[in-house]
Amino acid sequence: MTSGFDWQVIVKNLPFLWTGMQTTLLLTVLAISGGIVGGTILALCRLSKFSVLSWFGGSYVNFFRSMPLILVIFWFYFLVPIVLGRPVGGFYSVLIAFILFEAAYYCEIIRAGIASVGRGQVYAAQAVGLNYFQIMRYIILPQAFRNMVPILLTQGIILFQDTSLVYVVGLHDFLVTADIVANRDVRLIEMYSTVAVVYFVMCLLGSLGVRRLQRKYAL
Amino acid sequence: MIEIQNVSKWYGDFHVLKDCSSRVDKGEVVVVCGPSGSGKSTLIKCVNGLEPFQEGTISVDGTSVGDPATNLPELRSHIGMVFQNFELFPHISVNDNIGLAQIKVLGRSQDEANARSMELLERVGLADQADKYPAQLSGGQQQRVAIARALAMDPIAMLFDEPTSALDPEMINEVLDVMVELAQEGMTMMVVTHEMGFAGKVAHRVIFMDEGRIEEDATKDDFFGTTRGDRAQLFLSKILSH
Repeated sequence: MTSGFDWQVIVKNLPFLWTGMQTTLLLTVLAISGGIVGGTILALCRLSKFSVLSWFGGSYVNFFRSMPLILVIFWFYFLVPIVLGRPVGGFYSVLIAFILFEAAYYCEIIRAGIASVGRGQVYAAQAVGLNYFQIMRYIILPQAFRNMVPILLTQGIILFQDTSLVYVVGLHDFLVTADIVANRDVRLIEMYSTVAVVYFVMCLLGSLGVRRLQRKYAL
Repeated sequence: MIEIQNVSKWYGDFHVLKDCSSRVDKGEVVVVCGPSGSGKSTLIKCVNGLEPFQEGTISVDGTSVGDPATNLPELRSHIGMVFQNFELFPHISVNDNIGLAQIKVLGRSQDEANARSMELLERVGLADQADKYPAQLSGGQQQRVAIARALAMDPIAMLFDEPTSALDPEMINEVLDVMVELAQEGMTMMVVTHEMGFAGKVAHRVIFMDEGRIEEDATKDDFFGTTRGDRAQLFLSKILSH
């Protein structure tokens, strides 16, 4: 029944696996984007001279970093429908959970990135009359993000793999679709190997792409 | 133009500026010198509010720098500043370094800004470098771009914080030449520097600082003449002896 490596089962199920991969990719891209935006805002709060903002930023980060991701996913899955008074679907509740959770980690990365840009750059930007937001937008953040690229990539890869946790709320991502096929056709080795290879190749491609970007925009 | 009255500043317990008072009139060139750690860079950074100070007042063209109600970005946009380490923005081209604040602060169009930037690059002898990035230029060239960036805002006064201290010796003159020209055109300038040749050529007054205090504030002729105090004399003999 399971003798020999059956390539056919992989080929035959590619369209189905692709639907799972779409969920995985969409979730990853939206969560990274949302996490970076949220993380940037949190980092600016943490670095703010207004104590209310820096307190908020600090508490947020400490809170979410002490929670297991899976718990946050559960929370939002059960909590968001109660707050909104209507079901939002697994995808959106998971997306919110990922963005809020990742924002805490991105905040710390971005805070370090901002600190990596020298004080002199701030002086120079202030001296020509730029205001706080212009200094951040045009001078500090563009340099900070260049310095942060390697660690942002690492965080992105972790997030890409963490999206597989969505199985706990019954969302069909790449791993779940592969798992469905594996159990239905009793082709565990084939499917789990495929999943491993696909994750590996995608992360490798991501790394190579980022390395090229990094070279192009090197300071 | 620039009035500094009884300014004191502390970093924690460290008293960096002690009751400093001086002034720079319109069209005047004032050189500030003194040993390292004497507070001269801190003083010049207080003039455009880059560094806060706890006591005293500084006003530029009638606007109080230390007043919380003052719109500091607006005030700074009228005061050019040049730094020891150039501090060009490394991620944008030379042209954009000079153009950015013209567009974002003065509201000039891209074309107006480009035209003004090019005019200034020609003036500092770097018209052919507009599309390069700062890291592709030598230190002297970077500092001349930094001067152009400050001049692009049409400043009413220019502050120079040790503009030649980070330069290789053969590049110092190309920067000083630009500064001398500016001074001769009547720009109001406050210059922290050890270049006594520059002071001798264009300064109207020389301020000597030591341990956070303004020890001497004299016309150039008096300063280089015989009326200065022991501490300034010792400092001068050290930097002029070779």
